[in-house]
Amino acid sequence: MTPSPGRPTEAMPQFEMHATGVEGATEGTERMEVSMGPHHPSTHGVFRMDVELEGETITKLKPVFGYLHRNHEKIAESTSYLGSMPYTDRLDYFNSMTNNWAYALSVEKLAGIEVPERAEYIRVITAELTRLQNHVSLIGFLVQDMGALGTPLMYAFRERERILDLFESLSGARMMCNYMRFGGCRCDVSADWIKQAQSVVEAFPQFLDEFEALISENEVLMARSQHVGILKPELAIDAGVAGPVLRATGVNYDLRKVDGYGIYDRFQFRVPLGDHGDVYDRYMIRVLEMRESVKILQQALAEIPNGDYVNPKAKLRGFRPPPGEAYGRIEAPKGELGFYLISDGSPKPYRYRVRPPSLINLTILEDMCLGQTIADAVIILGSIDIVLGEVDR
Amino acid sequence: MENEKAILPEVQQIADAINAAVKNAGVTVSINPSPAEQHSLLLFPTKARECAQWLKAESPWQLDYLSNVSGNDWPEDAITKQTPKQPVKDAGEEPMHPCLEAVYHLYSIRQSLGPIIIRMRTENRSDKVELPSLTPIWRSAELQEREIFDLYGIHFEGHPDLRRLLMWDEFEDHPMRRDYVEPDDYDYEPTPHGDVLKKSLTQQEGTV
Repeated sequence: MTPSPGRPTEAMPQFEMHATGVEGATEGTERMEVSMGPHHPSTHGVFRMDVELEGETITKLKPVFGYLHRNHEKIAESTSYLGSMPYTDRLDYFNSMTNNWAYALSVEKLAGIEVPERAEYIRVITAELTRLQNHVSLIGFLVQDMGALGTPLMYAFRERERILDLFESLSGARMMCNYMRFGGCRCDVSADWIKQAQSVVEAFPQFLDEFEALISENEVLMARSQHVGILKPELAIDAGVAGPVLRATGVNYDLRKVDGYGIYDRFQFRVPLGDHGDVYDRYMIRVLEMRESVKILQQALAEIPNGDYVNPKAKLRGFRPPPGEAYGRIEAPKGELGFYLISDGSPKPYRYRVRPPSLINLTILEDMCLGQTIADAVIILGSIDIVLGEVDR
Repeated sequence: MENEKAILPEVQQIADAINAAVKNAGVTVSINPSPAEQHSLLLFPTKARECAQWLKAESPWQLDYLSNVSGNDWPEDAITKQTPKQPVKDAGEEPMHPCLEAVYHLYSIRQSLGPIIIRMRTENRSDKVELPSLTPIWRSAELQEREIFDLYGIHFEGHPDLRRLLMWDEFEDHPMRRDYVEPDDYDYEPTPHGDVLKKSLTQQEGTV
């Protein structure tokens, strides 16, 4: 009986350990090009990395963008100012409240609209709740990337669901909230809602303790993430990295403190800073930031005054900002989210530009991954915290 | 925001300081009439990199953080329309010419001030669309300039890796320009699949 071609038999030679005759091959290893993505569970969406490997070590990594591109900016330029408010929800679909706020803040700068005090408090409360649910689910995804399948992510999602319930009872939608308006918010919060939010916030630190007891000093997590994907502060500043990734390198730059937008200068909270700039620091920064967010929430929920939830003078229909331009930015959970707007006096923006933190944080992905193994690239990408709806826009 | 207000009357001072430090810089201030009062510095493209290097490394403002890079398109009809249609009025006597524009929003982390805005304009919108890339100075511009090259068609000279970012490589137009016309049928757009399709057809017929 003749063996079919391609099937190994006893007569066939063993596979050689050393690839010879392959172009660019060195002793013992073979250079390989791997295309990770766009449909890879660890890329958090439709994102592709063209990776060149020497054995398991990364020698080159080029991110490829655009699979989710729908030219958000062009669409926003062809509709009214308020018309693109619901569309900003879809940028970073985890954090619709902060997207709304960044856009509303820029338009308020452009048109010179005042925001009532109660609305500022509601904005801070919703933004910090958003930060809690973003960071907690990010940690769930990160430890899932490290191999802790399921359980921590489900714990995280259980907490996230409580916050999404609050958003649902406030705005009618769990994720696509479309809640902010120019000069305030769409609807008022009730006393019941504030009580409910208080109970969620009060229970949160206990959950964090429990969560941290499970994973913070876990040996596998420490082995996988410490001294992995180190980012130097000079490079981080130069490359415009923002948010927790920047602060994990030790740079004290939190827009809530620096710009003091909204009413953040009224609250007592600290800005956690990292030391090494590795993946573990980026994990730890988020845990500490959640604890600080809880502090802000406790103060804001206790102090919220009565009054207007939207500026009564702000026009909803026929809104035409005076000609000019404005750039506004806030500290979104993923970094600095900015909107650059030019008005020509018509009801549509002449120019509408989003400064996406996820995209700009990816500038240094290759620098962090070089010399690391391919398995580390997965958690480095996870620790940057990207959402492709915002990267590709 | 308080920082912003403190720095804004100083925009003219910054322009004067650049003009004193960099030879023939010719920096002018572009007035922003909106309540945001974010005025900007208009740089000559040929001198822009020198000015930017000075702003980052030697100036007293230490602008080490480039936050945002945006492209703008100013076709003929957007400029000729009378105010209030005209968005940004130039301080100089010369009216704005049809051009593509790149706007950079700079901050200083060390001194926590900003934004200081610089802008550069191309000579026209068709064949002279080159601007110097500021990526060698602030790496933050790397992906953002690629995006502007992709969507607006500004060629950034000196960019280390100027490729399309969001659209596919074979795409020929620049969709964020104001006169961009959508194709009637996207099937006629060249895509990478064309070659693959041809190859698969020939393989099916057995004529490789």
